[in-house]
Amino acid sequence: MKALFQNDTWQEIFGSIQKNRIRTIITMIGVLWGIFIYITLAGTSKGLDNGFEKAFSSISSNSLFIWAQQTSLPYAGYKARRQIRLTTNDVDVIKKKVPSIEYVAPRNVAGVFGSSGGNVVKGSKTGTYAIYGDYPEYIKIAVTKVYDGGRFINQADMDQKRRVAVIGERTLQELFEEDENPIGQYININNVTFKVIGVHQFRQGGGFGDDGDIYIPFATYKDLFNTGKYVGFFMMSAFQDADVVEVEKEVKLVLKDIHNIAPEDDQALGAFNLGEVFKKTIKFADGLTFLSLIVGIATILAGIIGIGNVLLISVKERTKEIGIRRALGARPSQVRTQILIESVFLTIIAGIIGIIIGTLVLFSINMATQDLSDFPYTNPTVPIEFIFGALSLMIVLGTLIGLIPAQIAVNVKPIEALREE
Amino acid sequence: MIKIKNLHKSYNIGKNSLHVLKGLDIEIKEGELVAIMGSSGSGKSTLLNIIGMLDNHDKGSYELDGVIIKKMNETKAAEYRNKFLGFVFQSFNLINYKNALDNVILPLYYQGISRKVREKKALKYLSDVGLKNWSHHLPNELSGGQKQRVAIARAMVSEPKVLLADEPTGALDSNTSKEVMDLIQKINKAGKTILVVTHEHDISQMCSRIVKLKDGVIVEDKKIKQKKAL
Repeated sequence: MKALFQNDTWQEIFGSIQKNRIRTIITMIGVLWGIFIYITLAGTSKGLDNGFEKAFSSISSNSLFIWAQQTSLPYAGYKARRQIRLTTNDVDVIKKKVPSIEYVAPRNVAGVFGSSGGNVVKGSKTGTYAIYGDYPEYIKIAVTKVYDGGRFINQADMDQKRRVAVIGERTLQELFEEDENPIGQYININNVTFKVIGVHQFRQGGGFGDDGDIYIPFATYKDLFNTGKYVGFFMMSAFQDADVVEVEKEVKLVLKDIHNIAPEDDQALGAFNLGEVFKKTIKFADGLTFLSLIVGIATILAGIIGIGNVLLISVKERTKEIGIRRALGARPSQVRTQILIESVFLTIIAGIIGIIIGTLVLFSINMATQDLSDFPYTNPTVPIEFIFGALSLMIVLGTLIGLIPAQIAVNVKPIEALREE
Repeated sequence: MIKIKNLHKSYNIGKNSLHVLKGLDIEIKEGELVAIMGSSGSGKSTLLNIIGMLDNHDKGSYELDGVIIKKMNETKAAEYRNKFLGFVFQSFNLINYKNALDNVILPLYYQGISRKVREKKALKYLSDVGLKNWSHHLPNELSGGQKQRVAIARAMVSEPKVLLADEPTGALDSNTSKEVMDLIQKINKAGKTILVVTHEHDISQMCSRIVKLKDGVIVEDKKIKQKKAL
């Protein structure tokens, strides 16, 4: 141990490293490459992980959509191919019968799925946008941010069927002057006057949403578009600890019961389970992290074995030198220490350079993907414990692998080393 | 200084055993300059290796300056070599990426002497062999004679009790050989015990005693009138 802090030890080591410059460089490239791959892989998978998380952050991670389609089986006296329509009455039944459900938000929409949107007029400017009829609960499921000064639809809006609207960022840009405060202003939707109460921030990843969407109270929508009790689709979210796949099944069973659909009919109700997709994605990202860890460590291992290999050759090459040193009074432990330190030193230096280059590469990937909002890649970092883990792995393996050539060097009998060829 | 009684040594070569030293008795007093002669295979190098603790003997006793040398572990042997013995080889055996000074320093480095002290000491021994101005040259920038003088300085720097020289002039021309032998004689005059293994007649004449080996036994051991090298 003492040898580590002696100037002389290092002079001996630098002497032998400098003497074999090419050998040293090639050896170091092996380890450098290993740690570089490890850092880049770990960082990239972390970046993907972060990217997925960001993409899903706009929506509750255990939410699902449910909509109605045509039945495929005859049931209870009804023929097959009957169009099912969901209604607002379903909400209370679902909530009562499926306790894992936290929020249910019925939605109606004009302007998606082939229907025509609302014609919106503001002064001399006009546009066509998707109009959504929404419950206040919607904002709890799809975590939508409303800009300061504005608000989302509330229960009073619903009760009084207020003509209020939350508009999108694009709507704001297209209908209003720059620097104009939209809050409190009026717009016409299909010739009905609405007061703007908020502007919502649009975030990619929530499905079919758009930055031009206009949200109005469900009750108001009902009157405007004559939808009565009917609901376009349900958006719902389960409690955090619930199993979303199970919840989806339960909700479907309840709805089938209400609407006289055969329990085994899997055509009548459509669903998109965001929670399930989310889980799968997270699992995928976890798998990716694990894979990168394995590949990275294997590559480091290969690099370190390379160091051992080169040291072994160099010990063979230096047999005579070691013999001379032994004849001059070098103790076996001194010879061993020198070769060990050489091994660990080369490993660490190569490792640190690898970490730096890997970090630079991650940094430039991050810069390059910064503007790609639909590419799930954010903030590719490598946890510090990964780096320390890799470093200590390198020190341990560098020592172990160095032991082999060191022992061979010690086993060299001075007399054999010095024998004239 | 050196007392050897009934020394035996054999090597195993495959299944056969080669008996190299067959019961040697020799006593060397302090300050002697002894030439060990013999044809190749006579056992002279083996004897030197045993005296130099580079090899172990099988039977018999070996005493160096009152210390009985038996089979010992490498750490102990390294310490004894460092303290008691200096080596000079036919092919110089300098470390080629170290300059002359660093080569001379090496035994002191293994003694754990501080850097400043050993540099000063090494420089003194280097100037004793007349190479003060060459201290920062690498071995491949030196002539054969200069290399051997660096090697002698390196052997002397740890102030050993015995200097062992294995064919020190074997790789040198006759003029350079004489210079090196002159240096060895000077060191001997200063009181150092020196063993020189050689097969050259005129080199042996420059020593004070000649021991001739043949087939592992001493066939002749005589004191002679020493010739001056220069």
